[in-house]
Amino acid sequence: MVPLTYYLLLSGILFTCGVLGFLIKRNIITIFMSIELMLNGVNLSFVAFAAHWHALSGQVFVFFVMVVAAAEATVGLAIIIAVFRTRETLNVDQVNLLKL
Amino acid sequence: MTPNPYLWLIPALPLAGAAINGFFGRRSSKTAIVTVALSFCGAAFALALYMASTFSSASAPYYLDLAHWIRAGSFQADFSFYLDQLSLVMLLVVTGVGLLIHIYSVGYMWDDDGFYRFMSYMNLFMFFMLTLVLAKNYLLMFIGWEGVGLASYLLIGYWFTKDSAASAGKKAFIVNRIGDFGFLIALFLMIKHFGSLDFTRVFAAIQPMQPETAGAGLLTSIGLLLMVGAAGKSAQLPLYVWLPDAMEGPTPVSALIHAATMVTAGVYMVARSHVIFERAPAALTVVAIVGTLTALFAATIGIAQTDIKKVLAYSTISQLGYMFMACGVGAFSAGIFHLMTHAFFKGLLFLAAGSVIHGIGGEQDMRKMGGLRPYMPWTFATMGIATLAIAGIPPLAGFWSKDEILWKAFNVSAAYWLIGVITAFITSFYMFRLMYLTFGGEYRGAVAQEAHGHDDNGHGHGHGHGAPHESPWVMLAPLVILATLSLVGGFVGYGNRFEHFLAPAFSGATEVAQEAVPTAAESTLEHMLMGVSISVAALGWLLAYLLYSRMPMLPARIAESLGGLYRAVANKYYVDELYAILFVKPVVDGSTTILWRGVDQGVIDATVNNSADSARHVSDNLRHMQSGNLRSYAGWVAAGGAVVIAYMIWMGVR
Amino acid sequence: MLHLTLFLFFAAIAVAGAVNLLVQRHPINSALSLVVVMASLAGEYLLLGAEFVAAVQVIVYAGAIMVLFVFVIMLLNAGEEARSKGSRVAILLGVPGVTIGAVLVAWVVLRYSNAEAVSMYALPGDPQAIARLLFHDFLLPFEVTSILILIAIMGAVVLASPPQAIVRRRRTEPAQHETRELAAAGKER
Repeated sequence: MVPLTYYLLLSGILFTCGVLGFLIKRNIITIFMSIELMLNGVNLSFVAFAAHWHALSGQVFVFFVMVVAAAEATVGLAIIIAVFRTRETLNVDQVNLLKL
Repeated sequence: MTPNPYLWLIPALPLAGAAINGFFGRRSSKTAIVTVALSFCGAAFALALYMASTFSSASAPYYLDLAHWIRAGSFQADFSFYLDQLSLVMLLVVTGVGLLIHIYSVGYMWDDDGFYRFMSYMNLFMFFMLTLVLAKNYLLMFIGWEGVGLASYLLIGYWFTKDSAASAGKKAFIVNRIGDFGFLIALFLMIKHFGSLDFTRVFAAIQPMQPETAGAGLLTSIGLLLMVGAAGKSAQLPLYVWLPDAMEGPTPVSALIHAATMVTAGVYMVARSHVIFERAPAALTVVAIVGTLTALFAATIGIAQTDIKKVLAYSTISQLGYMFMACGVGAFSAGIFHLMTHAFFKGLLFLAAGSVIHGIGGEQDMRKMGGLRPYMPWTFATMGIATLAIAGIPPLAGFWSKDEILWKAFNVSAAYWLIGVITAFITSFYMFRLMYLTFGGEYRGAVAQEAHGHDDNGHGHGHGHGAPHESPWVMLAPLVILATLSLVGGFVGYGNRFEHFLAPAFSGATEVAQEAVPTAAESTLEHMLMGVSISVAALGWLLAYLLYSRMPMLPARIAESLGGLYRAVANKYYVDELYAILFVKPVVDGSTTILWRGVDQGVIDATVNNSADSARHVSDNLRHMQSGNLRSYAGWVAAGGAVVIAYMIWMGVR
Repeated sequence: MLHLTLFLFFAAIAVAGAVNLLVQRHPINSALSLVVVMASLAGEYLLLGAEFVAAVQVIVYAGAIMVLFVFVIMLLNAGEEARSKGSRVAILLGVPGVTIGAVLVAWVVLRYSNAEAVSMYALPGDPQAIARLLFHDFLLPFEVTSILILIAIMGAVVLASPPQAIVRRRRTEPAQHETRELAAAGKER
């Protein structure tokens, strides 16, 4: 018997790690992976609540999250490849031509 | 009161003339302009004569309610006209003298570029003056009051390209405005306490009130405030300073507005409000004192002036002082009588002075005149008649009216009479001085030598220059008519006929009570005083003759020996400079530092500029948010997310 | 008891993997630790009874998406992260922000939840039940996500393909056309 809060705390920890990685890391691919980590944390939260309320749609929603994560990872990596072609760098600090 | 449906035509006709000339005059021929201006003015005069013919001393006043105007709760003011004996006198003076001056100015201003503008303004002035005279309530009178001020401004500054003329126009308007402020407060008091501004209603409400002998009360306040307005319009102390500067305008303007009609509006207003003044003895005393002092004060300045028009200007102020003195001692009809005769001879004096100026090519300094009698006989003759009239030499008009005032003043206080007599002496002196300097001796001017006369006041000559010459008949005819009136106009007052005529208008006035048959002692006293005034006038003439005809070197030596005193008088007692220091400079400086730099630049401009600056600063700082750096965006998102979470938690917890 | 032990076991692995992702400098190490996280999460799902979801997690997430990541890392030959000028905002604003947010959420969760327990295998998510929901109640979102995948594929192809590949085809066509014409006219180029 695990209290629900434990699941939620775990989900929160994973999410926080994801955000911290997004903020701290310099490599664009690592930043993407942090995004995936965030999504995973949220997935866990969905499933936990589904089990808590006995609503199966929580698990179904995890599918959709995964599909979106897949699509987003695909397009994002394609963009990274395109950028890498011109900028020759994966350091996100050096892709700053849009500054004012 | 009997209704009269034609009253509104009298002001409306000159207005139509002004409108036609104003809108279409620029492209009309001069003949057309003249026709329009003179015919409308003449029609107003004809209508006035017609009204007069149906009027007698016992007639009930005419009235006309033309249209509704203001209906605000219980307060009501309409476009209503009123004609009683008092307004009839004023009406005839205004339209008659006005028509003569219109005719004169056709000749005087013929060569001016803005001829149509001039005639339009003159007609406009007639419209406003007639509105003032014929108004049945104070508000319509105030419209006319303000309107004549406007017309005066337009006409004084007629040659607006000249700085001094433009400034003079502004000065006249502003000083008038100060007086108007007092007038307005009096109107407000009337509205508050009597609920109306209509003459009949206000006077009916005041009629049962007791005279305020115990100091300041409502009626005294109203009276004093009305006097402030009159002092501004009629150039009394301390608001007279605009009138000498108003001489920048063309001479017909000076004749019409600043001698015969506009400046008399104050006297008319005081006379019309006699019901108020009679119940406020303190205010009446103030009126008398102001009038008397002004008369003396202005006369003393007049003796040292060298510009012919300035002498006449100060003379006007002085004579207006006489009129106020008359009103102040309760002799309202005497004041109106003097107003009428003054219109004749002062108008004539100005027109004749204009004729002189016109004849010597624009020169106005008397020191450069002289010996003009053989060149301008008609001008000399008419001006001489006017001078005799103003000096108070019988049997001309000025003698009768001035003597009436002095007699009535003597009955109230000998001090008024004494100052009046002294002023009469000074008046006679400076007027004959003017005559001798202008027409006597040798010609000291420059016109004879040059081929072209030099225009000092900007108006052109149609005929050739050369030696001084007489003016054309179109200018001389009004002079002759006015001279005739100055000769015989005084007989209207013979045997108290004028007083009887005006009696219904001044019903309840104290002087009607004095209408009882004079006793023998009174009659002798009156004749003695008459003798004093005649001899004083003759003395003034004699002195002028001695100083300016017999011994022309003497005045300069006297002036030198008097030194500072003479300089003070010649510089108008430095009143203008005093006003400049006391009032103008603080206002201008205060305006500059506080209102302009402080409020306008410091607050209003600063607000606008600073809001623009702050917009720039804010955007300057905000643009750092868009750094192009992905991680900073993420940082902002995280921070924002934290805020949102906190807010949601707070809302949920509450 | 068992439930708690297993939960803590998988949780520890997941957190360790997440922290390792942050700590590692080479992206390939981060990728592999992410795979570890996903695997442990699959274990968590199993504990809650979501068996289908756990399977899909391993197959799709860890097996396809992470493989894609690893491919790209290898393709681009990403090296270790170099030190570069970071963003002040991210450090000064973001990190405190996220910590505050996390603390707040944790506080809410701890304080306001009823501490109800979730039993092991609480909600069996067998494929049949999932399918009934997916194809019945959530049919429209399902179809929309399929279109989303289609768009993502097209986008990825366009974005990632080399620029000359598209242009060259256009440039070669007129040249071939011209050669054919010349040959037909029997001329030499």
